[in-house]
Amino acid sequence: MTEVGENGAARNVALDVRDLAVHIGGLVALGGISFQVPFGAIVSLIGPNGAGKTTAFNVITGFMKATDGQVFFRGRDLARLSPERIAALGMVRTFQRTSLFTACTVFENVLTALHLRGRTGLLGALLRLPAMQREEAALHAEAREILDFVGLAGRADEIAGNLAYGEQRLLGLAIALAAKPTLLLLDEPAAGLNPSETESFKQLIRRVRERGATVLLVEHDMQMVMSISDQVLVLNQGRMIAAGSPAEVQRDPEVIRAYLGSGKRAAA
Amino acid sequence: MRARFGGLLFLALAATLPLWLRDPYFVAILTSTGIFIIAAISLNLLLGFTGQLSLGHAAFFGIGAYTSALLSLGFDVDIGLPSPVVVDPKPVWIAFFGAVVVSGLFGWLIGKLAFRVRGAYFVIVTISFAEVMRMVALNWVDLTEGPMALNNIPPLSVLWPGHGLTALVTKSQQYWLVLAVGVVCYFLVARMVRSRLGRALIALRENEPLARSVGVRVTHYLVVATVVSAAIAGAAGALYAHCVRIVDPDVFLFIYTVTMVIMVVTGGKGTLAGPVVGGLIFGLMPQALRGTAPPEVQWIIYGIGIILIVFFLPRGIVPAFADLARLRMPALRKPASLVR
Ligand SMILES: Nc1ncnc2c1ncn2[C@@H]1O[C@H](COP(=O)(O)OP(=O)(O)OP(=O)(O)O)[C@@H](O)[C@H]1O
Ligand SMILES: [Mg+2]
Repeated sequence: MTEVGENGAARNVALDVRDLAVHIGGLVALGGISFQVPFGAIVSLIGPNGAGKTTAFNVITGFMKATDGQVFFRGRDLARLSPERIAALGMVRTFQRTSLFTACTVFENVLTALHLRGRTGLLGALLRLPAMQREEAALHAEAREILDFVGLAGRADEIAGNLAYGEQRLLGLAIALAAKPTLLLLDEPAAGLNPSETESFKQLIRRVRERGATVLLVEHDMQMVMSISDQVLVLNQGRMIAAGSPAEVQRDPEVIRAYLGSGKRAAA
Repeated sequence: MRARFGGLLFLALAATLPLWLRDPYFVAILTSTGIFIIAAISLNLLLGFTGQLSLGHAAFFGIGAYTSALLSLGFDVDIGLPSPVVVDPKPVWIAFFGAVVVSGLFGWLIGKLAFRVRGAYFVIVTISFAEVMRMVALNWVDLTEGPMALNNIPPLSVLWPGHGLTALVTKSQQYWLVLAVGVVCYFLVARMVRSRLGRALIALRENEPLARSVGVRVTHYLVVATVVSAAIAGAAGALYAHCVRIVDPDVFLFIYTVTMVIMVVTGGKGTLAGPVVGGLIFGLMPQALRGTAPPEVQWIIYGIGIILIVFFLPRGIVPAFADLARLRMPALRKPASLVR
């Protein structure tokens, strides 16, 4: 049963999205969608190209303004918060198109992404206080640990832009993990990966969840979605057309129609 | 390791220079070049490490020069209060640090104003700011003497063992003063960019949405960088005031900002050594050319030099040589670091 707090927000769900709408010019990118993501779950958001999945991510994480509706993260209204504030609250997203600090090394990428784990400010940096040096050592150790976790430890000194595509996707995940999300939003992490890379990415997402993070996943690979998700949300042309367990969603006639109608990728 | 050795060698040469190069004129040229290098180091913090182009950087330099000059000379102005504001002459170093603080405050103000909308807007705000400052210096004659300039600015002084408080007036003394302040500024910037703070700045330059997605507060860090940059530029301006001992509104001229930008871009923006290398080359080139050709030809050579460097070494001299060193020595073929 959903427990409701003072502001009407559900407190025992990680994410509570209500009637979220985004109009871009005359286009309705999101036409008022509502859903919840329970703590500890892996929830997938699927839908044909242009359905509004990335737009939903952008609004939820503060990169775009909503036209209407509300987003609550752990019971807290995120209205008008900047992406960096939202990240500090524990909600971190990855990007559909690989996004790295390409000119920097893999290690530096993760070290930079550990920003929220450190506290050193101007004075600490200029005076190089002992506290700052201890913090640096701790951040270095943490960066190595994260690279180890995603399997990029051997590539630490490589320039990020020189990594193979699959490795770049892993680094994108490592960067997001470095911000220690309690809710991780993944935008098509397996796009462009071969089947074995996809399989190991799937295991990685499971391990992220085992470490205590909640996951909201946008993905076109139906095999992956149906095998990993506790719940699946289906978006089509900015509207939520179905929500339920993988099995329920796969049987839903409207879902089947949306996917066949779009002529792109068939469900399952 | 080699870079560190090279740096130490450079420092040793620079520190002993007035002892083996007994040419006061050349030492004086190096002193004024050094002041510009400090200004270029401060500009590099913004342009090189955050990617924001401040085309009014001479404003912070000029504010530093005027503040330090006015505080050390003392002044009284009528700003419409019942009695005029009277400031007695302050000790020179208090004036110097006062200049650093005042320039930093202006940096904070400009940062807060300009970074709400960045990019081209920042460029315009900074250009206008420098021009407004020049107009103030020209027209607020009560305070600044306008075009008559502030004269007889006292030199900076140090406690010299055996000599008591010594005013730094000779060419060599001023050279060492500028070198000392320059080394301090260099290491302050180095420490800053090699910290969590510097990584945040570089992250914003490299990929702003990604930086924000992991919690880097854009405005905050850009403002911090602008404050530090402005404060260092102010220190350079204060050095200028106490070495040249006369300050007029021309310190705010656009050409000075352009000179700083050229030094940073040719030397290698976003590298620590870049402004030093670029500053030495473009600070000394006019002197090297002096007497070899008519002035117009000198300017043309100067211009062609800039074009050649920008064309063939678009990232600047320092990154180009760093790449070369890596190619020639396989042992050095370590990946490029975030900060060279
Ligand atoms: N910045 C923008 N300007 C104009 N239209 C946009 C913008 N961003 C998204 N859209 C439009 O909004 C709709 C939803 O796009 P969105 O990127 O959210 O889809 P998606 O579900 O992520 O699709 P895909 O599976 O292709 O990534 C599309 O029609 C798209 O063209
Ligand atoms: Mg998308």
